Amino acid sequence: MTFEDFAVGVGLAIFFLMLPPLWRIIKGPSALDRIVAVNVIGTKTAVLLIVIGIVFKRVEMFVDFALAYALLNFTGSLAAARFLHKTKTGDEVDEEGAAIES
Amino acid sequence: MIVSVISAIFILVGIVFFAGAAIGIIRFPDFYTRTHAAGKGDTLSSLLVITGFALYQLNGFESFSEDWPILLVILKLLGVSIFILFTSPTATHALMDAGWEECSKPKIKEGRPNHLGDDSDQF
Repeated sequence: MTFEDFAVGVGLAIFFLMLPPLWRIIKGPSALDRIVAVNVIGTKTAVLLIVIGIVFKRVEMFVDFALAYALLNFTGSLAAARFLHKTKTGDEVDEEGAAIES
Repeated sequence: MIVSVISAIFILVGIVFFAGAAIGIIRFPDFYTRTHAAGKGDTLSSLLVITGFALYQLNGFESFSEDWPILLVILKLLGVSIFILFTSPTATHALMDAGWEECSKPKIKEGRPNHLGDDSDQF
């Protein structure tokens, strides 16, 4: 068994372990539950890209994709967190995002 | 050979931690415990798997003058893992902070000390 076969197995394991967070995205009671599960799946997708690079013996190319995907995932999670932080409470906010006492 | 075995051990331990995170995400009762499982298990499993693949790259390394691109790939892989080490807990903390205001009440087992007053669900 070569290391590439092992990497295919690792990729399959990561893929099937992504299914429980996917179930949480479908079922999740609140929006933030869904976003946390999306964050987990996004981080694992970056790992899965590196696994694909190992399988195709082109890691030097796929590692850049993984870095870009991790960056986008982080930015998306922060944007979603800021959006829900401002709107879920229903409070008025000033320019700096602090709640205005009324 | 020995490098491959060590990297395979790293990767398998990482998959075990990811299995823990995945089970925690579907099994835990409220938002905060689920976020706890997602943040910790996801960060550590990503670190272990990527570090394992970075170790595997050392297999083809013989001389610095000819094989320096391999060192570059290892540095990039470690860069991705360090990036995930910093950003994944930050994103989890931001989401937890967003949920704290209104989103969901923590569930506290009946008979346990409850420091939140009535601001929690009993189960």
